[in-house]
Amino acid sequence: MDQQILNAIFIGSIYALFAVGYTLVFGILDILNLAHSAVFMLGAALTYSLVVNHGQPFWIAALLGIAASALMGLVIEHVCLRPLRRRHAPPIAALISTIGLALVIVAAVEQGKSGSLFSWLWVDGANSVAFPAGTVPNPTWHIGDLTLEASKVLIIPISIALMLILGYVMRFTQVGRGLRAVAENPRAARLMGLDVDRMISLTLVISSALGGLAGILFGLALGDISPYIGRDNVEVRGLAVIVLGGMGSIPGAVIGGYLLGLIEILALVTFGSNARGGVAFAALFLMLVLRPQGLFGTRLRERI
Amino acid sequence: MDFFIQLFSDPIGFWNSHTLLISQIGINGIVATSMFLVLYSGQLSLAAPGFMAIGAYTSVLMELYWHTPVVLNVAVAVILAGIVGLLVGLPVLRLRGVFLAIATIGFVEALRLGVILNVPITGEGLGLQHEADPLGGVPIILVSLVMVVFVVWRLTKGRLGSAWSAIRQDEIAALSQGIHVARYKMIAFILSALIASYAGALEAHLNFFVDPGDSQYGVTRAVQILTFAVLGGTGFVIGPVVGALIVTLLPYIFEGAGDYINIIAGIFLIAVIIFRPQGIVGRGGLAIVRPAWWPRSRARAPSPG
Repeated sequence: MDQQILNAIFIGSIYALFAVGYTLVFGILDILNLAHSAVFMLGAALTYSLVVNHGQPFWIAALLGIAASALMGLVIEHVCLRPLRRRHAPPIAALISTIGLALVIVAAVEQGKSGSLFSWLWVDGANSVAFPAGTVPNPTWHIGDLTLEASKVLIIPISIALMLILGYVMRFTQVGRGLRAVAENPRAARLMGLDVDRMISLTLVISSALGGLAGILFGLALGDISPYIGRDNVEVRGLAVIVLGGMGSIPGAVIGGYLLGLIEILALVTFGSNARGGVAFAALFLMLVLRPQGLFGTRLRERI
Repeated sequence: MDFFIQLFSDPIGFWNSHTLLISQIGINGIVATSMFLVLYSGQLSLAAPGFMAIGAYTSVLMELYWHTPVVLNVAVAVILAGIVGLLVGLPVLRLRGVFLAIATIGFVEALRLGVILNVPITGEGLGLQHEADPLGGVPIILVSLVMVVFVVWRLTKGRLGSAWSAIRQDEIAALSQGIHVARYKMIAFILSALIASYAGALEAHLNFFVDPGDSQYGVTRAVQILTFAVLGGTGFVIGPVVGALIVTLLPYIFEGAGDYINIIAGIFLIAVIIFRPQGIVGRGGLAIVRPAWWPRSRARAPSPG
């Protein structure tokens, strides 16, 4: 049981890291970026590929993976979101365009086989792979019944530190003030001389970099990297997390991530593995019905 | 391209060799119409796959265990979906926009992962195999599609349709005009549940197999149905049907892309939605794109809601 709680915290950290990027975009644009889970997968896949197929050291590969994810954030903004903003399209249109991009990213990785156009990106097709042992030093400790692996334990401080930095930036710096101004009222922000498009690009870059990093940590800790890890593990759970915490709230997403990890592990222990997903979704449904603003949402703006 | 050549050169041979595809288009068209109904009343509900599952499982289980006539089974399935729709709708329809979408996703997945995969009678993860009456196959499906589209079209032209339109455009204004917003939203939600459940029952009888997978009754399906509706255009009832037709045919349209079909399909999806955010069937005629340097000659694309 203790081990299970520990696992809940590991997986919760990854959920939180993923959901922070999700909620950041929602908070500022009021748009669900459904390509976020594809970016999560891309970060992991590219890092794996750089380590295994291109023989790079892990640290360089991880940095390049994060950089590529950040770049993908720019692609999301310039391909999927900005043209629609220019046309004053309804938010639902952005949902579809980001789904389209997610489809493209997943399909590109899926088709990455030796000899295909994408073999530089990925060569394992639809298979699931894991980083070879020894990619990163991974000392393991045993305390009582608990097994502590460095690669899992380290996720916790890394996630928390990043989320604290993000919280600090959002709250106390000029950039953060700008981002919050855009979230509050884009038109007023523009009148105050803020470059709204640039702020939104920055949001997508930060969000996608965090998403890619979450993917890399996921691949490292759980030893499961495939074109479908984003879709199967975090796409809908990410939604559950940001709803639990309150849409658009960064501390909410953090708490929501750990909460979902805990709910899932409790369901796993109590009802068995089949019920795990069902319980998470039931929690999501109940939360929305009972307290739609989430744990940390303060206001629920009229959205008509 | 053989696909389209055959369609025009040998329609009868085409019909006979692609029955399953044509049926699938019909079913997707019916579900897309159910999606249209909720979107038309201003609700971003993704509950359709849940109701499809109710329709499929109820009708097939009744047949397997009670051997009741198929018409009765489908009728019971549809009514049951209506009741579930009412029960789910009561708490959920207070939510708007993305919140409603996520809550309905919660419903769909809680039903699939929590109930269907855990109750022995549904065959759990293995699904249900059955040799039930195929319900007459393609003609029934296509006739149903036409009837559903016609009924929904008539509804949107009447009193209900005006109320839904008003709610979609401005809920508070509609309320202030004395429109019973909650009631009209609930009517649209339940009607869409009935239609989705009917489509689910038809689909289960078409395939002789009920598969509890994500692509059948899960989020993936919900997103696909939403794509039908938004791509086709949600301003007119025929839009989602056109969207269903095009999306279902994408593998044939881009046959030449081979392995890269999904990449091309994704790019196609993005391109359509960027150049026609109001959908393929919508106002603005065929004027597709105005480059930035082109002199502005017409109003911006109106938003469908």
